[in-house]
Amino acid sequence: MYDGGKIILGLIIFLGLILFPVWYNIANGKAGYTPDLEIITADDPGRDACVMSSEYMRPYHMDLLNEWRDEVVRERDRIHVAPNGKEYNRSLTGTCMDCHSNKENFCDRCHTYMDVNPYCWECHNIPEGGQR
Amino acid sequence: MIEKALQGNRTYWTWIGALLAVMIIGGLFYLKQFNEGLTITGLSRDVTWGFYIAQFTFMVGVAASAVMVVLPYYLHNYKAFGKLTILGEFIAIASVIVCMGFIFVDMGQPFRILNVFLHPSPQSLMFWDTVVVFGYLMLNVVISRVTFSAERKGIAPPKWIKPIIYLSIPWAVSIHTVTAFLYSGLAARPFWMTAILGPRFLATAFAAGPALLILIALWMRRNTNFDAGHDAIHKLGIIVTYAMSVNVFFITVEVFTAVYSGIPEHISHFKLLYTGLEGNNTLVPWMWGSSLFAIISLVLLINPKTRSKDKILAFSSVLVFLSIWMDKGLGMVVAGFVPSPVGKVVHYSPTLPEVMISLAVYSAGILIVTILYKVALSVRESIS
Amino acid sequence: MKISRRQFIATSGLASLGLMLDKPAKALAKADLPQKRPLVGKRWAMVVDLKKCHEQENCTKCIEACHHEHNVPDFDNPKDEIKWVWKEGFEHAFHEQDNPFLNEELKHSPTLLMCNHCDEPPCTHVCPTKATWKREEDGIVMMDWHRCIGCRYCVAACPYGSRSFNYRDPRPFISESEFNQDYPTRMRGVVEKCTFCEERLAKGELPACVEACEAHALVFGDLEDPNSEIRHILEERFTIRRKPALGTQPEVYYIV
Ligand code: HEC
Ligand code: HEC
Ligand code: HEC
Repeated sequence: MYDGGKIILGLIIFLGLILFPVWYNIANGKAGYTPDLEIITADDPGRDACVMSSEYMRPYHMDLLNEWRDEVVRERDRIHVAPNGKEYNRSLTGTCMDCHSNKENFCDRCHTYMDVNPYCWECHNIPEGGQR
Repeated sequence: MIEKALQGNRTYWTWIGALLAVMIIGGLFYLKQFNEGLTITGLSRDVTWGFYIAQFTFMVGVAASAVMVVLPYYLHNYKAFGKLTILGEFIAIASVIVCMGFIFVDMGQPFRILNVFLHPSPQSLMFWDTVVVFGYLMLNVVISRVTFSAERKGIAPPKWIKPIIYLSIPWAVSIHTVTAFLYSGLAARPFWMTAILGPRFLATAFAAGPALLILIALWMRRNTNFDAGHDAIHKLGIIVTYAMSVNVFFITVEVFTAVYSGIPEHISHFKLLYTGLEGNNTLVPWMWGSSLFAIISLVLLINPKTRSKDKILAFSSVLVFLSIWMDKGLGMVVAGFVPSPVGKVVHYSPTLPEVMISLAVYSAGILIVTILYKVALSVRESIS
Repeated sequence: MKISRRQFIATSGLASLGLMLDKPAKALAKADLPQKRPLVGKRWAMVVDLKKCHEQENCTKCIEACHHEHNVPDFDNPKDEIKWVWKEGFEHAFHEQDNPFLNEELKHSPTLLMCNHCDEPPCTHVCPTKATWKREEDGIVMMDWHRCIGCRYCVAACPYGSRSFNYRDPRPFISESEFNQDYPTRMRGVVEKCTFCEERLAKGELPACVEACEAHALVFGDLEDPNSEIRHILEERFTIRRKPALGTQPEVYYIV
């Protein structure tokens, strides 16, 4: 192998550069940063829990939504039973956004941070306040 | 091998540059279509398929026509086609890619195209069409690669490729048959619902594809040091003659059945094409043009004295290609939709963006052919 | 089962009485149930009484109700047009029934058209992604707008012209006052059509067009239920369907 040392050095510099945002954040103590979310129903009795546990919702809400979508549209099953026994109508606008009506400060804030852009809103309506 | 495509003279690079320019301009129009929707095309609620799908259909035919050189060479051991087979296979590869391009630009939600494989629906012919067209691409890539690299090394191609080549023959027929079934299985569209649509598609394919190959081979003989051979080129001329005659015969049969039976639902579509319907007659000169080209080309081709002259053969090939393209690449698809199921006569013609996007897709195909041919030529030069 | 006219009148009278009683009953039910009971049927179908419909000249209540309910845009041009329920001259809707001496009134009278929810739907057979399919439980030809790739093969396959394609973003063309918050819109690049209001059936409501029709020209019901109003009508009256020769078995019947 020619110039092995140089190649390895080059690789290290390259990795160091592309991982800049990572070590920059670590250095600034921001590694575990998550955006501030505004959960406006958190103090509402009866609306103080999500349709699944928060631990489940945080990483898997998109899977749940896809499940709801297929159950409603393809399986005719519109009722979701939450862990606490409460029944919900499986609906993105009607249910999720009924509690999380502050889309901008909840869904969007997190999505912007994570750089995801769900295309659902091209069809699904955003309740009063947000533009449709 | 591919590095050969990067060495060329000025004409070569100008040509490549021109193709890329068309692709970029068409790409910009596609961006507009992507953002605004298919509203920028001439398509409407009643005519929902148009220029794109028609080009797709036409190019499936060109792709399938490679079988017209492969079959005589491999099944009948017709040696004169030896040099042509690789050209035919390269055209097939580029044509299939062009087909995929036209399907892609026609899609309302192109990024969901994977749904076809995520939710396979064997009862849909579009599913089968995707499968066979994609399979045909794979077959031709493998066959041309293996046979070509054997030729380059000056050895006989490996034995295992033979069955694959044999498989590609019925496969080529199948891609165009399935494409015809896509149309002819629709009870809603009497114009397409004819058992002869499949045979018609094959006849047009076997005329238009070899016609194109004749033109390319003649051009190469004059401008490069690749010579497919006089015999081979004129044998192709005979194939074109037969296929074109059969095609014209099929059209006559179709028109007869519709006109003589007099069923309004069947006749009205032919009226739209050949006499105009309820004041809509934009397609009339187009279709008569196609018929005229067909007749002239047949007169020139059937007569052996004229057919055997290179210049006249080339001219007739242009006419054959244009005649079929005008019919299959527009008239055939539009007439299926007009009059609509509720008897409405709506006008359709492609818009500028639609034409530009189509040109870009074609340019991509031509670019692929150019590069593949360039490589083949350079390699052959270095062998000899 | 055969019933006499008198029996029919008696039962339909009772049925309408029942419908009147049903209103407070529903209100009561709503109070303690989170959701009204869904309407269930095995084979939904519709009867359109053209006579009754024509008596209401220029009435478009059913169309407005449907298009409002489902946020159907109004582009004001026939090229991009989207329609779920619409009117077409009789000679177009039933052009195989056209004749030169056809009753003048009938000939030009607009006929209400919509998806026929065929028993043998050609559109669902051709769909390459199962984005449209026939729901076996109740016969509704469904659309999954999440899956549609916009190839428009179903549009080509439908013999009734019931399907529309979103050539452009529909949202700017749904007027503010017409907008229904509770039903999603569609976006450019997908096909859409009437769904017999399956989302309303799930809430225990009749289709929007049926509810909106004050002339009672639209009757919706379950063909598998021998006591349903729609079955009585089909037994009593002469009805026709569009293009029966194609074997699609449309589930929208017309009284002419
Ligand atoms: C092309 C438009 C469109 C897009 C994009 C879309 N939906 Fe839908 N969706 C609909 C329509 C229309 C319905 C209503 C179907 C019905 O009620 O019959 C629906 C229904 C649903 C339902 C069940 C009922 C309801 O009202 O919520 C869920 C859940 C759902 N969609 C989730 C999603 C998610 C998650 C996304 C994004 C990943 C999404 N949809 C994107 C059109 C769309
Ligand atoms: C009944 C009201 C209610 C409904 C309906 C509801 N949520 Fe929640 N959701 C909450 C509450 C309250 C929390 C915070 C719970 C906690 O912190 O323990 C929460 C938490 C979450 C979180 C986690 C946020 C975090 O802490 O990181 C996500 C993601 C979420 N919801 C998404 C959804 C989605 C998607 C839907 C629809 C499928 C939905 N929610 C429906 C009330 C609701
Ligand atoms: C705690 C942060 C967080 C919150 C709050 C949150 N999301 Fe998400 N969401 C994510 C992340 C991260 C992803 C991407 C996951 C992935 O790509 O695997 C995502 C993905 C999605 C997707 C799938 C998008 C895609 O392109 O696949 C949907 C739909 C979605 N979120 C809906 C919602 C809705 C609706 C809300 C508000 C009710 C919400 N989310 C709130 C973090 C969040």
